[in-house]
Amino acid sequence: MKHVLFVLFMGLSSLSFAAIESTEFASDELRQRYQTLVDETRCPKCQNQNLAGSDSPISADLRSQIRRLLHEGASDQDIADYLVARYGDYVLYRPRWQASTYALWFTPFVLLILAAVIVVSVRQRRAAGVTSHAAVDDTQPDNTSADNLLSDDFLNNSQAQGLNTTEQVELDRLLDTESDA
Amino acid sequence: MERIKLFIPLIIFIVLALALYFGLGRDPSAMPSALINKAVPAFTLSSLLNKNTVNQAPINQALINQAPQNEYTTLDETVFRGEATLLNVWATWCVSCRLEHQYLMDIASLGVPIIGLNYKDERTAAQEWLVKFGDPYQEVIYDVDGTLGLDLGVFGAPETYVIDAEGVIRYKHVGVVDDRVWQQKIAPVFNQLRERPLAERGQL
Repeated sequence: MKHVLFVLFMGLSSLSFAAIESTEFASDELRQRYQTLVDETRCPKCQNQNLAGSDSPISADLRSQIRRLLHEGASDQDIADYLVARYGDYVLYRPRWQASTYALWFTPFVLLILAAVIVVSVRQRRAAGVTSHAAVDDTQPDNTSADNLLSDDFLNNSQAQGLNTTEQVELDRLLDTESDA
Repeated sequence: MERIKLFIPLIIFIVLALALYFGLGRDPSAMPSALINKAVPAFTLSSLLNKNTVNQAPINQALINQAPQNEYTTLDETVFRGEATLLNVWATWCVSCRLEHQYLMDIASLGVPIIGLNYKDERTAAQEWLVKFGDPYQEVIYDVDGTLGLDLGVFGAPETYVIDAEGVIRYKHVGVVDDRVWQQKIAPVFNQLRERPLAERGQL
């Protein structure tokens, strides 16, 4: 409830502000364009406010200049040019498309593409990892090597392990000497 | 390759740290002027004082009372021609202007030509200010509606511009001019501009 009231009052405060100045428009179309312009222009003095929301004298001056220019038939582009000529690109909240702003416009897309590339490569790698694990049948315990080691066959079948006859004889001889000692 | 990957977090950290170090150290209110290297905009405004007709210095209260309200000299952009000047934007409602006034008096006495722009002010209040605190200006442009101020991109007083002998703006300082600002920022630009035309005329 508190929040609703807060938002309501915030809304009202901006309405009351608008009512002070913007009464003298020749047409609704001009009023619309004026509203857009003052919303998208930054106050040079109080830099975190737009012209619409600023109480500083310079903002009032700029608002009245914008009204005057609108009534003289200037286009939005003309008015933006007028403001930029005096206060620099700085006053535009919507930066223009020009050499000095390419980085500004491109960076988000570059980051987006970079993020997409990273996400895709991570997912691919993860997917590849999952398939290699899936090849192993985890439901059956893989005890082959342990069984081999433990089986009597392994111990008795030393010939099957690749010993040739001479080696076998030698091994037997060693085993015998050991038992003698 | 795997080795390089280990350093990615470190690289990100260094890039971020550098960006923040330089970004946070900057003055957030610093605004580049759009008019550097452009001519002072054309204007036609009256002089705050009637120096040309009265032709008497220093001004005093009696001179102010003598001057009829409708007999002020008209000034235009040609006041900036001929020699390098400072353009100082001031007003009586501007507290910081009071702070820098004595310093302006000092540099004026050293022979620095200063043109004043009295910005959105009352004429009598501004005249009395000059009587009270002294007049460092060669000429004061009286800009009651702030029209020249607007064309110059003034967004508050005080502001001080360095203008060359051809009337082209070379530098802009927003805020109080004190010894540090003068020595470090304004004087280097100003002296360079001043020597050039003098040298060309063979006076140096």
